[in-house]
Amino acid sequence: MSQARGGKAGASQARGGKAGARQARGGKAGARQARGGKAGARDAHVVRVVLPAHLRTLAGVQGEVSLAVAGSVTQRSVLDELEARFSTLGGTIRDRSTARRRPFVRFFACAQDLSHEPPDAPLPEEVASGKEPFVVLGAIAGG
Amino acid sequence: MSRVRLLVGTRKGAFVLTSDGTRRRWSVNGPHFAGWEIYHLKGSPADPDRIYASQSSSWFGQVVHRSDDGGETWETVGNDFTYEGETGTHQWYDGTPHPWEFARVWHFEPSLDDPDTVYAGVEDAAIFRSVDGGLSWAELSGLRGNETGPRWQPGAGGMAVHTILLDPADRRRMFVAISAAGVFRSDDGGETWAPKNTGLHSAFMPEPEAEVGHCVHRIAQHPARPQTLFMQKHWDVMRSDDAGETWREVSGNLPSDFGFPVALHAHEPDTVYVVPITSDSVHYPPEGKLRVYRSRTGGGEWEPLTGGLPQEHCYTNVLRDAMDVDHLDPCGVYFGTTGGQVYASADGGEHWVAVAEHLPAVLSVEAQDLV
Repeated sequence: MSQARGGKAGASQARGGKAGARQARGGKAGARQARGGKAGARDAHVVRVVLPAHLRTLAGVQGEVSLAVAGSVTQRSVLDELEARFSTLGGTIRDRSTARRRPFVRFFACAQDLSHEPPDAPLPEEVASGKEPFVVLGAIAGG
Repeated sequence: MSRVRLLVGTRKGAFVLTSDGTRRRWSVNGPHFAGWEIYHLKGSPADPDRIYASQSSSWFGQVVHRSDDGGETWETVGNDFTYEGETGTHQWYDGTPHPWEFARVWHFEPSLDDPDTVYAGVEDAAIFRSVDGGLSWAELSGLRGNETGPRWQPGAGGMAVHTILLDPADRRRMFVAISAAGVFRSDDGGETWAPKNTGLHSAFMPEPEAEVGHCVHRIAQHPARPQTLFMQKHWDVMRSDDAGETWREVSGNLPSDFGFPVALHAHEPDTVYVVPITSDSVHYPPEGKLRVYRSRTGGGEWEPLTGGLPQEHCYTNVLRDAMDVDHLDPCGVYFGTTGGQVYASADGGEHWVAVAEHLPAVLSVEAQDLV
């Protein structure tokens, strides 16, 4: 993988530009991709995840990620599936030893800050249904 | 014809500088891993195109990358640095017990023989080893488990293993340096460790000559004389001629004996380089003059090297991993500054040229000889 030389594309992604938005709305293709993945499970939920720019680079993806999440859709099940699919993200969102959210990472969905919700609490129905994305982002901190 | 490659880690990415053996013209490639702090990159002595890179961020933690083509492309490898067994505690800044918590990799030291074997010095202080090219890591827990461990304490920059020396004459012998605990030596391949700080004096400590607690900034060893070590301590430049058993001060006529890096000439074991910094609270060169000091007598007598370096209004620092030498003849010497310059000398330090400027703050510089 040739790592990131930033550039306009990355900046546009970071701002969630038009392309990203189109991809975000582009449910069908993403959903097909997700169903065609590991689960293939009929009862899996297709969950859309928005990653911050550095983690998209690390995962080698552009735009949103669509995941097939079996069972209850929670922070834990979504992040477990995310890390299973993109092993390079292991330890970057959750501390490896405690499995807790890293301090400067936040979780948003449906205009709510879910960062402090229990990891096994169900995410909003709009996330479970794929209507709204689960957003992982870096807090405004540092220089 | 020989070539030289410099691996430069900065606060906001990595850069790879290359030159032919004349070392007059340099090309700059980067940034790699833009936006990430790159504490250290280092190539394998056995395969210079195998490079390990430590990238970290306050947001997303530690990531490790490996290149197999000299830094052209990179592969994400393992970042699971889980301490072995009981974590235990060390002293916190206020003297209370504090659990060991992994923060980042400060330093990679690839094996002298095997490109797939590499050691990682981490914060909170511990050493890990990978034998599969960085895919997985296992702690050499005898270091953290040393009986003095509960008395180790962080310095202002954290509590880290920042220097790892692999003895070329005795493959079972290793040294590490920890801020702020001191020097430790293993004679059994990293299984067990013993503090080697006799002769160090740190006035800030309740017991200035205690067994541990010294803020050692860097140690260096010449392959032709592995019993001799040089040290830049928080204050004091020190020397040992018995593999760390005892140390003596060789600060001599330095304008300040505070500093971070210490490096040795590739072909002259008694030629030592340091960069004096004003003090522990004023992290820039004395009088705003950037001067490398060289001793050709193994310490004690030092001469300033100023050719091509700014001699007024220079207020940058040179960090502990940000100085290195190549093995060409004459020996090349290199260092990077927190002001984003990388300076190179192709003649052992007589003349310096800024081969990169306006980079993010430089954290590490490693020189590689390429045939």
